[in-house]
Amino acid sequence: MEILTDDLRAMRERFTRRAFLGRSGAGLGALALTALVDPKRLWAATDRWRGVLPALHVPPRAKRVIHLYQAGGPSHLELFDYKPKLAQMNDQPMPESFTKGQPIAQLQGQKLRCFGPQHPFQRWGQSGQEISALLPHIGSIADEICIVRSLQTEQINHDPAHTFMNTGTQISGRPSAGSWIWYGIGAEAEDLPGFVVLTSHGRGGQMQPIAARQWHCGFLPSRFQGVHFRSQGDAVLYLRDPEGITHQQQREVIDAVAALTRSQPDWVDDPEVSARLSQYEMAFRMQTSIPTLTDFADEPREVLASYGVERMDGSFAANCLLARRLAERGVRFIQLYHRDWDHHGRIKADIAMKAREVDQASAALVKDLKQRGMLEDTLVIWGGEFGRTPMAQGDGRDHHIKGFSIWMAGGGIRGGITHGATDELGYLAVEDVVSVHDLHATMLHLLGVDHTKLTFKFLGRDFRLTDVEGHVVTQILA
Amino acid sequence: MRSHRVLRSAGAAIVVAGVGGALASAWARTETPAASAPPDFARDVQPILAASCVRCHRAARAEGGLRLDTRDGLLEGGDSGGAVVRGDGKGSLLYERLMASDPEERMPQRAGPLASAQVETLLRWIDDGAPWPDGVVVRMAPAARTPAAAPPSRAARSAGARADGPLLSFNKDVRPILADNCYACHGPDRNRRQRGLRLDREEVAKAALPSGRVAIVPGSPEKSELFRRITDPDEKRRMPHVSSGKDRLGAAQIETLRRWIEQGAEWEPHWSYIPPTRPPLPAVRRADWPKNPVDAFVLAGIEKQGLSPSPEAAAPELLRRLSFDLTGLPPTPDEVRAFLADTTPGAYERQVDRLLASPRFGERMAAPWLDLVRYADSVGYHSDNSRTVWRYRDYVIGAFNRNLPFDQFTAVQLAGDLLPDASMEQRIGSGYNRLLQTTEEGGAQPKEYRAIYLADRVRNASTVWLAGSLGCAQCHDHKFDPYLAKDFYSFGAFFADVKEKPVGRRESDYLPDESQRPALEAVDAEIARLRKELERDTPELAAAQDLWEKSLASKRQYGWTVLEPVEASSANGTRVLLQGNDFSIIATTASGPKPPRDTYTVRFKTALKGMTAFRLEARTFEELPKGGPGRDPEGGFVVSELVIQDAAGRKIPLRNATASTPIAGPGAPFSPGAAIDGKTSDGGWALLAADGLEHRLVAEAVEPVGSGDETTLTAVIHQNAGRLRTLGRFRLSATTDPWPVRTEPGREATKDLIEIAAKDRASRTKEEQDNLTKFHRQVAPELAPVRTALRAAEVRKAGLVEDIAQSLVTTTQEPEPVRILPRGNWLDESGEIVEPAVPHFLPEIETGGRRATRLDLARWLTSPDNPLTARVFVNRQWKLFFGQGLSRTLEDLGTQGEWPTHPELLDWLAVEFVESGWNIKRLVRTLVTSATYRQTSRAAPELVERDPFNRLYARQARFRLDAEMVRDGALAISGLLSSRMGGPSVHPYQPRGYWAYLNFPPREWDDSAGEDQYRRGIYTWWQRTFPQPSLVAFDAPSREECVGERTRANVPQQALVLLNDPTYVEAARVFAERILREGGARAEDRLRWAYERALARAPREEEARILGDLLQRHGTQYRADPRSARRLAGVGLAPVPRDLDVVELAAWTSVARAILNLPEVITRP
Repeated sequence: MEILTDDLRAMRERFTRRAFLGRSGAGLGALALTALVDPKRLWAATDRWRGVLPALHVPPRAKRVIHLYQAGGPSHLELFDYKPKLAQMNDQPMPESFTKGQPIAQLQGQKLRCFGPQHPFQRWGQSGQEISALLPHIGSIADEICIVRSLQTEQINHDPAHTFMNTGTQISGRPSAGSWIWYGIGAEAEDLPGFVVLTSHGRGGQMQPIAARQWHCGFLPSRFQGVHFRSQGDAVLYLRDPEGITHQQQREVIDAVAALTRSQPDWVDDPEVSARLSQYEMAFRMQTSIPTLTDFADEPREVLASYGVERMDGSFAANCLLARRLAERGVRFIQLYHRDWDHHGRIKADIAMKAREVDQASAALVKDLKQRGMLEDTLVIWGGEFGRTPMAQGDGRDHHIKGFSIWMAGGGIRGGITHGATDELGYLAVEDVVSVHDLHATMLHLLGVDHTKLTFKFLGRDFRLTDVEGHVVTQILA
Repeated sequence: MRSHRVLRSAGAAIVVAGVGGALASAWARTETPAASAPPDFARDVQPILAASCVRCHRAARAEGGLRLDTRDGLLEGGDSGGAVVRGDGKGSLLYERLMASDPEERMPQRAGPLASAQVETLLRWIDDGAPWPDGVVVRMAPAARTPAAAPPSRAARSAGARADGPLLSFNKDVRPILADNCYACHGPDRNRRQRGLRLDREEVAKAALPSGRVAIVPGSPEKSELFRRITDPDEKRRMPHVSSGKDRLGAAQIETLRRWIEQGAEWEPHWSYIPPTRPPLPAVRRADWPKNPVDAFVLAGIEKQGLSPSPEAAAPELLRRLSFDLTGLPPTPDEVRAFLADTTPGAYERQVDRLLASPRFGERMAAPWLDLVRYADSVGYHSDNSRTVWRYRDYVIGAFNRNLPFDQFTAVQLAGDLLPDASMEQRIGSGYNRLLQTTEEGGAQPKEYRAIYLADRVRNASTVWLAGSLGCAQCHDHKFDPYLAKDFYSFGAFFADVKEKPVGRRESDYLPDESQRPALEAVDAEIARLRKELERDTPELAAAQDLWEKSLASKRQYGWTVLEPVEASSANGTRVLLQGNDFSIIATTASGPKPPRDTYTVRFKTALKGMTAFRLEARTFEELPKGGPGRDPEGGFVVSELVIQDAAGRKIPLRNATASTPIAGPGAPFSPGAAIDGKTSDGGWALLAADGLEHRLVAEAVEPVGSGDETTLTAVIHQNAGRLRTLGRFRLSATTDPWPVRTEPGREATKDLIEIAAKDRASRTKEEQDNLTKFHRQVAPELAPVRTALRAAEVRKAGLVEDIAQSLVTTTQEPEPVRILPRGNWLDESGEIVEPAVPHFLPEIETGGRRATRLDLARWLTSPDNPLTARVFVNRQWKLFFGQGLSRTLEDLGTQGEWPTHPELLDWLAVEFVESGWNIKRLVRTLVTSATYRQTSRAAPELVERDPFNRLYARQARFRLDAEMVRDGALAISGLLSSRMGGPSVHPYQPRGYWAYLNFPPREWDDSAGEDQYRRGIYTWWQRTFPQPSLVAFDAPSREECVGERTRANVPQQALVLLNDPTYVEAARVFAERILREGGARAEDRLRWAYERALARAPREEEARILGDLLQRHGTQYRADPRSARRLAGVGLAPVPRDLDVVELAAWTSVARAILNLPEVITRP
């Protein structure tokens, strides 16, 4: 069914204007003109959004992204970035040369002293990557993953830092990475959104809030908003048929709406209206398909066991498995939030608990994708919005933005390597610094997109995910 | 204000008086003065100084140390040296600065450059010895006004142009190309500027560059470096440069630039920066069509394309459109009938006046305004806590209903607090300045958030009133518009006096009325007096404190220690969440109905040894009913049994339970003892209703508990009284005090304080000593009467303020200094401190040296000379009634905004609006009584072909209703809609657990009961991080940032909402009930009644057949399964009718659902 919504209309007009301004060739011109003549050529016979880019800029290495988002700020010093010097200096004053003039959160005005790593590290795999002993399963995929130890961000409080990690700016109202990607290259799924968000609670006590802003489409058309699959209640809001109405009756009401609308010559030709009818079909398909998607009954026992789940229970592990199922069905960007990494205190015990919650399933996901041949075109990213201070905050650590770690796997990433480094105390990224913009640029690059060319005009400016910055980190590409 | 822009072109000087618009770029050519006689000071020179120099260079300002209002000033010069060298014009600094090509150097700074004739005059005057009559002081010229004479038309101007096609307009045709492709490197941003070339400034573009080349030589593309470079065959040299990432210019763009240069390369200031003037009405052929001037402009455009307007819409369709547009609601069948029955002239206008007078008008108009100003019920950042500012929302609704002129509306919001004798309402309106996003996050740095708030306010005010992208100049000068980073911070400085704590809870201000004020002031004064009394130092108190400190230090033990929970769970699905900050645990319900009884299990770890007693504290919490601590509607709870287990799961024997609750008594069903009697099903420790206090249950352990370094304990709290009498917030403490342990009525010193007291007085810090003193004043027996009096006064105040209005309003403080932050970096303090000022290229605010205020800003925004405000507002109003703006970029009328389709119409409306006294209802009336508005939205195929996006307005637009109207429409059709106005925001049904990701504290959405469930969408609680999802599905914004235009998407979530959200299912079943009661007896009568109600028309035969089939089929199904019918009839809070056949009701509910899901129902026709 043809679809001509407001956003498409706006898009067509953009094309028109640009076409008249004489843009052509590599830009949007040529294909856009075709679309003007016959929108069906570009928007085919389904509701599926195929992306605003007529062609990718570079050969893609990944078709989709799974972002295992560890919210709260996991400590790089206990997980991926071992600092023996910090251990030696445990409880000694933090040298002022490290911290002078730097932004600081809750440790404002306090005496800063070093706090040694609370857990031992081990070398793993043939690559000998150094990873915390808390993460034996992730250790077992050491040769698949690239650890980046030199990430930096610009926001030191949770909420703005999440917004920065997702949108490349601290200002609300800008599109998140998932929305950009869906908008840019479209979705593969016929009955699922292109950008799905999953959330799980941890068992600890520091549940920093997460705002729907993190998967917002900002100024992009609202159809590119991430859809939150909830772990409790209906997976998607308003998915369940109302009380006292069978699925068949629901079908018949939808059929009646369609028949009533089509019986009016004045309405049936309105593309907005026919698009609405097709959205009813899509909604009905979602009502049918999503419950089966979240029902793991068709998964073999050994797969369930590898993730450490029995059924969809809203846990991080269950969401990892659900992420794989969504990836299989053509969802472009899947983001799993797992909360509770905000270890201001008692980090030794609590981070061990967190690690247990995520270690097995994170590794199982990578192995599962690999075994299915999907790892090569699925980019997996594991990390939070910032790291934690080498300085003690009681028996915990404060927020830290000047150097922290994430890892990536699959989708064109070189496995078994460590990229970048922090200084000897794990404070400042000093080698091969990677900014959040660089991370975004690299992610888009792997998806075949030049980050400087995926833009949207708003307030008179061509906005992009990477603002005016961002460099592809070529050293970590396979 | 400055209304002159003087632009130089190749030969003649062209003076552009401040008039504008596309139609009327007011170009007045003046002749170069004859070059014979030397200039006369009074006649020739003084006017130039008066108009262009002395504003900044006079006694009061003397910028750069220079005065040009007296002869001495001129001769003494300023910081850079003497301004003139008598007899040597070209050797004078004055001349040099007048001719500087760098705009940062060139004078006058705040106005366009002088005309070359004027420069010539000054030059010859200096050559002549710069004669200045004794004692003459040059005063500022009064602001020049727009000349009344009509400017020469474009046609007249084009007569002289070369006849190779239509004359190109710089603004319409050329500037967009330059802005899109060139300004990034050759525009306002001096950091990025290449080779000294600016293509946004005529004087630089047409002058010799450092390289000696000239970018634009009027009349001669071949000599123009610009043209040579965009057509350069050498790929490396061709512009835009490859490194810019820009695409090459297309042939059409190159041709446009070529022709424009050939035609003389005439420059225009950006259209929206020139004050609008009222253009003449264009001539039209179909003179009988226009009903008002709007139509003349529209029809002229339609006729130019050889098209005709569409016929007037049928009356029911027209009234439906008008009702949605003016009130946000569909018309009732009676209203439609009345309109159809009125055949006298003016019938339509009477409908317009009726709807404009309806209180629903304000509710409808408020929604887009609230989007602009980002009104919401929560603070936005991090924990997104609630705030009380709904009175501002009601103020906006009331302002539209009272037809408050827009200039006053503006002044009240930006500066209501500064108005003389500000009324309570004006103070509430000033809440605008408090609507920004704020934070309560621990660890947020005040300085950073001050910078964030300043930027937020600049972005908002500049977008709301100026539709400008000033917000983009936070880190650097703007790349396309003339905004400088300095403009950003100077604009922000207007708000530097708004009191706003950077981090923390937003406490509402009390707004007592006249009758309440004396009592409140009296009690406040008394409280202040008593507090002072409490703090007063006396020798007696000092001595008493000394003794008290010693006794405190000698305490063998440490009182109570709060136990730190490590894990919490519940038996029946209550979500029990650990709170990091005070170790308390908060209970909410994640999904499904709230469990009426539950058992919480909480595991604790502690290093205490030899614990003798445990204390369960029930804590108050504002999110709980009546403030808690319990979850039942009165804030009460019953703890049937408190069990404490050791690490092995063994029960620790407890005894001697005491409690602070008023009804505690031994043996009664509700007594502390019943909570440790080993029975989990009967009574227990209870609080019947919230009393604003925290309560405690204390029970002794029979044997001391805990011996190792770490002891694990598990508390199991059984709460089986039912009716949700469970704890909402609680925590557990333990003590090592010797037995017996009782609840203490007084206050207890904390462990910290005891440790301080144990220290030697000399080794305490001042803060430590202060803490001790503060605490002592709370317990000293000598001060007991003062404390009692203080508590009594506070209770009196609490009683008083219950009746007093509260809202976030603006209060002033000493302005914080505002610095330019280099690259927006708040840690960098090297930037210059700025005073409040409006963007430098717009008319100035004249205050005579006084610091400009928010009130000055408001007056400036609505001054008739402001080129933007009126245009911005009427453009947005146009969008409401025609589906898109005349310029569709409602948020940006700057150089990157869209060129309006009907610039003359936009200007006409803007001038009309200002001259009408900023009369909003009058503007709306003009728009909706036009013939343009009344056209049918059914587009003839030719029209769709020729004008697919309806930019000619040869038909009306048909579009999906806004989120609130979708909701209000369904409720109105069903008859459920409440007409109650104003008041605290309400909670329509929301899926359970939608707020699960809010924390600090966790919160729970309680569906509003009774009429509040059916209030209009505008009254819905707006939680920024998780806004009402049924509204979000229809593109309601989160109100975090200014939204000038909601997107209008078409997504499956909308179908899911209309099909499955209880709001719509309930509306359908109540609609069905009314159909059965009021629609007659026969099915076809009932259908007809339903259609008239929902769509203002009768169903066609085909429609009746389709719905008849559905009715029959579902009737049969429900007859076979009446249980489902009953379940359907029970959806929502509305009473279930007992007297109707539930099967018939269910079948008609299916019909009603089909109708409410029709695209036609949610479409404004």
